[in-house]
Amino acid sequence: MAEQKIVATTGNSLVAEAFRQCAPDVVPAYPITPQTTIVEEFAKFVAQGRVHTEYVTVESEHSAMSAAVGASAAGARVMTATSSQGLAYMWEELHIAAGLRLPIVMANANRALAAPINIHCDHSDIMGARDTGWIIYFAETAQEAYDNTLMAIRVAENPQVMLPVMTTLDGFITTHSIDRAQLMDDETVKAFVGEYHPENALLDTDHPVSHGNFAGLGGTYFEFKQAERTAIDRSLGVIKSVGAEWSAVSGRPFDVVEGWGMEDAEIAIVVIGSTAGNVRHIARELRAQGVKAGVLKIRVFRPFPFVDIAEALKGVKAVAVLDRAESFGAEGGPLFLEVRSALYDCTTRPAMVNYIYGLGGADVKLELIRRVYSDLADIAGGVAEPSGLVYLGTR
Amino acid sequence: MSKWDISSIDDWKSEDFPRGAMIPEAGNSADYVTGGWRSERPWRDESKCTQCLICWIYCPDSSVVLNDGKVVSFDLDHCKGCGICAHECPSDAISMALEGCELPEVK
Ligand code: SF4
Ligand code: SF4
Repeated sequence: MAEQKIVATTGNSLVAEAFRQCAPDVVPAYPITPQTTIVEEFAKFVAQGRVHTEYVTVESEHSAMSAAVGASAAGARVMTATSSQGLAYMWEELHIAAGLRLPIVMANANRALAAPINIHCDHSDIMGARDTGWIIYFAETAQEAYDNTLMAIRVAENPQVMLPVMTTLDGFITTHSIDRAQLMDDETVKAFVGEYHPENALLDTDHPVSHGNFAGLGGTYFEFKQAERTAIDRSLGVIKSVGAEWSAVSGRPFDVVEGWGMEDAEIAIVVIGSTAGNVRHIARELRAQGVKAGVLKIRVFRPFPFVDIAEALKGVKAVAVLDRAESFGAEGGPLFLEVRSALYDCTTRPAMVNYIYGLGGADVKLELIRRVYSDLADIAGGVAEPSGLVYLGTR
Repeated sequence: MSKWDISSIDDWKSEDFPRGAMIPEAGNSADYVTGGWRSERPWRDESKCTQCLICWIYCPDSSVVLNDGKVVSFDLDHCKGCGICAHECPSDAISMALEGCELPEVK
């Protein structure tokens, strides 16, 4: 385990540090709240000569992702960051980056989408991008945001994967709050992430290639999409092995799903992002009272680790899934739909409830989490039936 | 550089195609017929042509065929029928004829 420096800083600062330590060749970026300080701090590193990156100031997020796609196809290691409307504005380019199999790494500061205008945290932006072919990590803390970024570049550039990766952190909560974290030294990170040697670079004029080709009339589009599906499915193993490697270097455990008290849990909450801390806090409280409460935090959302989730939840009596995003008109939030589907093949299935919470940065008070667990206890004890979708904490 | 072997492409499975639809070879668009959707084709009157080569310079698809420095024909596999050659010809030697109509020999 390598020596690390303990720092008190924000998630965004740590992501900027992680970018610098990965030494990308190109960073095209546009500032958007609450992502701005990532690219601002990174720009400072470039200006100070601490990293030799071509920093491209573009006029929109659409251009940021277009430039990222172009630079990555040219053979560069490319990183960028965005949030909310900016991520939405990148939408078509997100598909292109994944379809061209370009290993771009992007941080997303999770934030609500308009209308009404709101700059605070929820997962509606990232959930809108969940089917674009990107691998998606969630961070609970600044530390995880840092670790995820370093692992992401390794996963993206793995020849078995070659897909873009998004590492997300909760807007303002994780991006701006000061948190305690351990920062790895540059040399160790450099050795961990390694150098990027692109296989088919546009700028390699000795081996000319053409990117961005048409596959419409010959009927090969379907096959390319199938290859993309194979790659993202295959990435789960790579994510786990890179995670194990980083674990060995950093001393911090990593798994695609991280359980707390799940071994004998009778009631459990499934959660992603920063809220996991609050949930664990209440679960700990309940455990002290003898209640068999568990927490299942999902750290990698794409590819969806459905086998790991089913394995962790199959013996639980009642499960609540907390969604910080809507899927209007669907039978629950995006996380609920997938967790429930992951459990379909289990012989014993828990009763399941879905709570939509914290939209637009609405406070996730501890009483709310306590209420969820008490609902679960009622369901598990046969006192109550699982209700339909619950909006948690609205007036 | 050797040519990209696509002789068995009809039997390729998804994993056989180059990653991300990348084509590992330069200049092979010449192998692909792109003139199929043309609605008009250029026709050159040899008697008016002064061989100034302006049409050859202007053609955006490199479809004016030269031999020994002289215009000899149009490459109708790649000519898209845009009519730029006809518009630019200072001698009015090129005219555009409707695709599919009876034509004098295209030159
Ligand atoms: S019609 Fe257009 S494409 Fe065809 S030869 Fe003339 S200039 Fe070229
Ligand atoms: S531009 Fe006209 S005159 Fe000149 S070479 Fe072409 S056809 Fe002949």
